[in-house]
Amino acid sequence: MRKILIVGATSTIAEQTARRFAANGDALFLTGRNEARLTAIADDLKVRGASTVATQVMDADDLKAHAPMIDAAEAALGGLDTVLIAYGTLPDQDSCTADPAAAVAAWHTNAVSVIALLTDIGNRFERQGHGTIAAISSVAGDRGRASNYVYGSAKAGLNAFLDGLRHRLFKAGVQVVTIRPGMVDTPMTADFDKGPLFASPEKVGADIHKAIEKGTAVCYTPGFWRLIMTVITSLPRAIFHRTGL
Amino acid sequence: MTAPSHPSWGRYPASQPARVQRPGARPSALPASDTPVLAYGNGRSYGDSCLNNDGMLLDMGSLDRFIAFDPATGVIECEAGVLLADILELVVPQGWFLPVTPGTQFVSVGGAIANDVHGKNHHVAGTFGCHVRELELLRSNGQTVVCTPEQNADLFAATVGGLGLTGLLTRATIALKRIEGPYMDVDTLRFANLDEFFDISAASDRDYEYTVAWVDCSARGTNLGRGWFMRANHKPALGQQPDPRKRGGPTFPFVTPVSMINPVTLRPLNTLYFRRKFKARSRDTQHYQPYFYPLDGIKHWNRAYGPNGFLQYQCVVPHADARTAVAELLERIAAAGAGSFLSVLKVFGDVQSPGLMSFPRPGVTLALDFPNRGRETFELLDALDDIVRAAGGAVYPAKDARMSAAAFREYFPNLERFQGFVDPAFSSNFWRRVTSTTTSPS
Ligand SMILES: Cc1cc2nc3c(=O)[nH]c(=O)nc-3n(C[C@H](O)[C@H](O)[C@H](O)COP(=O)(O)OP(=O)(O)OC[C@H]3O[C@@H](n4cnc5c(N)ncnc54)[C@H](O)[C@@H]3O)c2cc1C
Ligand SMILES: NC(=O)c1ccc[n+]([C@@H]2O[C@H](COP(=O)([O-])OP(=O)(O)OC[C@H]3O[C@@H](n4cnc5c(N)ncnc54)[C@H](OP(=O)(O)O)[C@@H]3O)[C@@H](O)[C@H]2O)c1
Repeated sequence: MRKILIVGATSTIAEQTARRFAANGDALFLTGRNEARLTAIADDLKVRGASTVATQVMDADDLKAHAPMIDAAEAALGGLDTVLIAYGTLPDQDSCTADPAAAVAAWHTNAVSVIALLTDIGNRFERQGHGTIAAISSVAGDRGRASNYVYGSAKAGLNAFLDGLRHRLFKAGVQVVTIRPGMVDTPMTADFDKGPLFASPEKVGADIHKAIEKGTAVCYTPGFWRLIMTVITSLPRAIFHRTGL
Repeated sequence: MTAPSHPSWGRYPASQPARVQRPGARPSALPASDTPVLAYGNGRSYGDSCLNNDGMLLDMGSLDRFIAFDPATGVIECEAGVLLADILELVVPQGWFLPVTPGTQFVSVGGAIANDVHGKNHHVAGTFGCHVRELELLRSNGQTVVCTPEQNADLFAATVGGLGLTGLLTRATIALKRIEGPYMDVDTLRFANLDEFFDISAASDRDYEYTVAWVDCSARGTNLGRGWFMRANHKPALGQQPDPRKRGGPTFPFVTPVSMINPVTLRPLNTLYFRRKFKARSRDTQHYQPYFYPLDGIKHWNRAYGPNGFLQYQCVVPHADARTAVAELLERIAAAGAGSFLSVLKVFGDVQSPGLMSFPRPGVTLALDFPNRGRETFELLDALDDIVRAAGGAVYPAKDARMSAAAFREYFPNLERFQGFVDPAFSSNFWRRVTSTTTSPS
């Protein structure tokens, strides 16, 4: 039985992942910004078989709230062995282009606050000598593109941080899982036209669950995105600059 | 061109909502809209009752959370977008089953209530609505109304079978039924004609919880109404059994350029089915999945009907004239060579449906698919309506895309009372059609 902390538990992808954990009888500590949604999700996960579900409201942007929240999670579950960082924002690239504050805010949520959380959790897991740390990044981090490079660069920063954390914690027996979803049909992409490349949150949640169970270092989900991103990252600049990506 | 979003199961008629919203959490109020609003459950209605052309659709697929389940009493509370398949996956291993289930598990709880769906156990269990303990309804006047058979009983009765027109169902509480395991004892008998069907049905309804027949709708003359009668009970436990349930299965990959179900394929398919079993009777043990949901084995089988889609027709005729009326219907369909390869025949029981507008009522129900071949199909269905109207029967709105306003009024005598409960912000293609005052007299 796992003892799992999910930060950003109201994310659609996180909820689908959590249902898999619940069905295995795992214990869960859920944090997010919206209390009513957290309660609804907690009730659901209990019905689905989770052995314990506790919730706490926290805005991840508030770095000072991190340590007390992790303490509370450890107290509620009697320790932690799995962490999933799921929250994120997809900022409007045009606003980020026009306003430096918007770009910085996007970085704060998608990179800075995650790095703060995982620094603390990494140290705790290193001390206890086991555990799995997973964070949802994005294929957008593989190459900066005009259409969303502020978001993409924050995820790229996160990717490099996770690579380094994995390298460091390898000796301690702690696994670090980088999740790179492609396009997923969730509220984050509500305004997009949904083409055939869009995956369901159920599929992505199932892939994430599997990656955490196996300790996969880098998980593209759905898997075909690894190929797409290989192509996109290897496009010569002269061609890349002519695309509308 | 992108495919129209949110079609109905018959893929007819084509319809495009002006806006689709997916509530992320159980809403406490309806979204503002200057066009009519309609909930979309999982689109397993065949015709136009789940369509809202140029209006706002509220896609309930995201309201799919359980709220509470007591494995001691089998009472389950959940959000309205939860699928019956999700409930089964959760409760069967704990010894519970749906009190009533339609022929597909991919319908939402909200949709099951709004059409007050029925199953093969109608003769003992009544409709789905008979097992709803409580429901919550959001109305456009800002009210959240909790309804039970006792509390706000009139709004409860209007909402069960209320075609999604009385407001937005957000959650419901349902009483499940106990089972000992996931297997069924199934007894299959061949019958040579309609009279034999009625005899077997009368003899089976007392000892079998589930009864239904598949009828060869291409047979005529002395073979008219021949088919297979399937009767079943939940199997008592045989110790620990694995649950081989799998939700996957092949998907029908694309819409075929022409309907695969047509006069050329129909007869051989039917005859093949009728003769598929060597013996006139067989008994076996089946997992509940293939028993209840044979069609769920191939996802999107509806695509096989081609780009024009298809129409399903389900009617009920009262006991008094049932034999003659069903014979007339089958004769008419066979003469046209138009039906799908299997039609379903079942005797409804006398359990009172709880909804003002519920379709099931005492009598015999016949259901079958028709590939959409344009005018000839619609004329045939109108002719079937004439038979049903003369017999004092009704046609099922969940499967309808074409009945006239006049026929609808005859089939649903509580219509006027029901209209008093319809939320003025809600409407559907179906509702606009059957309440239209400008349709031609029929
Ligand atoms: C293969 C197959 C077999 C079937 N077998 C049977 C059968 O044996 N017996 C039977 O009775 N039916 C049967 N049906 C029909 C099906 O059970 C009904 O049409 C059912 O209502 C579909 O539910 P849905 O969730 O897909 O709802 P939809 O089809 O999306 O909507 C149906 C109606 O429910 C309303 N609705 C949905 N959710 C809500 C909500 N949250 N609040 C308010 N209104 C809501 C909609 O507005 C609409 O009026 C079958 C259908 C298929 C495809
Ligand atoms: N959807 C995609 O196509 C896609 C593709 C690649 C990667 N991703 C990544 O997948 C992750 C999950 O997103 P999703 O698709 O599941 O979208 P989602 O359902 O919209 O979830 C995003 C979640 O992040 C939460 N959040 C945002 N800022 C927060 C903050 N400061 N503190 C706490 N929570 C905060 C939101 O909470 P509120 O509800 O309170 O706003 C929301 O629950 C994100 O990291 C996203 O970048 C998504």
